[in-house]
Amino acid sequence: MARQSSRLESKKVNSELLTLTYGALVSQMLRDFENLEEVNKQLERIGYNMGVRLIEDFLSRTNSGRCLDMRETADKIQQAFKMYLNVQPTISNWAAATDEFSLIFDVNPLTEFVELPADVSNLRYSGILCGCIRGALEMVQLEVQCQFVQDQLKGDASTEIRVKFIRRLQDATPAGVLIITSFVDVHLLISRSVLLCLTLLANTYAAIIAQI
Amino acid sequence: MVIYGVYIVSKSGGLIFNHDHNIPKVETEKVFSFPIDLTLEYDPKKVSVAFGQKDGINVGHILTSINGVAVNGNTTEEGNDVKELIENEGNYPLTLKFSRPKMTTNEKIFLASMFYPLFAIASQLSPEPKSSGIEVLEADTFKLHCFQTLTGVKFMTVAETTQTGMDVFLRKIYELYSDYVLKNPFYSLEMPIRCELFDANLQGLLEQIEKTGITNI
Repeated sequence: MARQSSRLESKKVNSELLTLTYGALVSQMLRDFENLEEVNKQLERIGYNMGVRLIEDFLSRTNSGRCLDMRETADKIQQAFKMYLNVQPTISNWAAATDEFSLIFDVNPLTEFVELPADVSNLRYSGILCGCIRGALEMVQLEVQCQFVQDQLKGDASTEIRVKFIRRLQDATPAGVLIITSFVDVHLLISRSVLLCLTLLANTYAAIIAQI
Repeated sequence: MVIYGVYIVSKSGGLIFNHDHNIPKVETEKVFSFPIDLTLEYDPKKVSVAFGQKDGINVGHILTSINGVAVNGNTTEEGNDVKELIENEGNYPLTLKFSRPKMTTNEKIFLASMFYPLFAIASQLSPEPKSSGIEVLEADTFKLHCFQTLTGVKFMTVAETTQTGMDVFLRKIYELYSDYVLKNPFYSLEMPIRCELFDANLQGLLEQIEKTGITNI
């Protein structure tokens, strides 16, 4: 099918384009909102909206079944990061009740060229990832809390996302579903929406120029 | 080996996509003399057979043309009232064409939302816990295949009973859906799918199946 070939081509998309695009997005948001908390919230929300869509992509590609415990969920999240961002986070720091774990990244492709200025040290630059995880898991009826506890951007040794299980969303479970799963991503969506924005912009400019 | 139609039902049970692929056309044209030996029902929207079945004209079929002139609702295209035409002896012999009524979008939406509770009930029928809902529903002339994703979206196809490999086909539609519908930033979740790319790719997939068979997709 056409889709497989487009999938292969997408692998060739320069990851720097993603990094740059995301950087431009965050810095533009900082300028627009002038309020760090608001930017953090919006980034999380963008991620959430991506997560609720990406989960279907993940499920349709991997054929996964429903996760029966958080360990399986963690594995799926790891697999998704590998699939969409081509990074493999390590899973560790399990809480004793196995309802909470950490994803530790040696490299974060989003922050490759980023130096955080001192005045925005509270910015959760990669907050979109947390939003993605939360959105995707919510679609498979798992409510989780997801946040950065360490970030290389802020001088920590590694980047660590903490995922905590809150509850199963029983009401939302569709009838006759055997199994729950997990997860997420980024780059296809970002690059596609950015392209769209660029096209729209180009059109607007063309219209303006035509008027002049 | 024919696929009649593809339907997608959202998490909340609404029909968000339908595609009629290969609907067999049932049409019968016959010359009648006075008095007409069928009982017709005159409705402002359609003229249908209420009683009396013969020569392939069945109860429920609707009148589509008189003497080759198409009928819309209860008037012909030339503006004459159908009832007057048929009840006036002077007009006979009349050539009437009847056909099986096409499902309207409203009826499809209605049927799709009926399927939702059936599916839920079916999943509780078995004493075995956590059973799935309806996966295949078989009738004498068609087979309905349903695939529900973990997130609760249902993909359904109606196909000939001999059609095989529908599970693969349904998964393929799921992939197309996650690609061309969900990755379209202007599509809002749970809303009817109006994405040309999706339509085109689905059409392509269906054509490919017709040409090369289901094993090659």
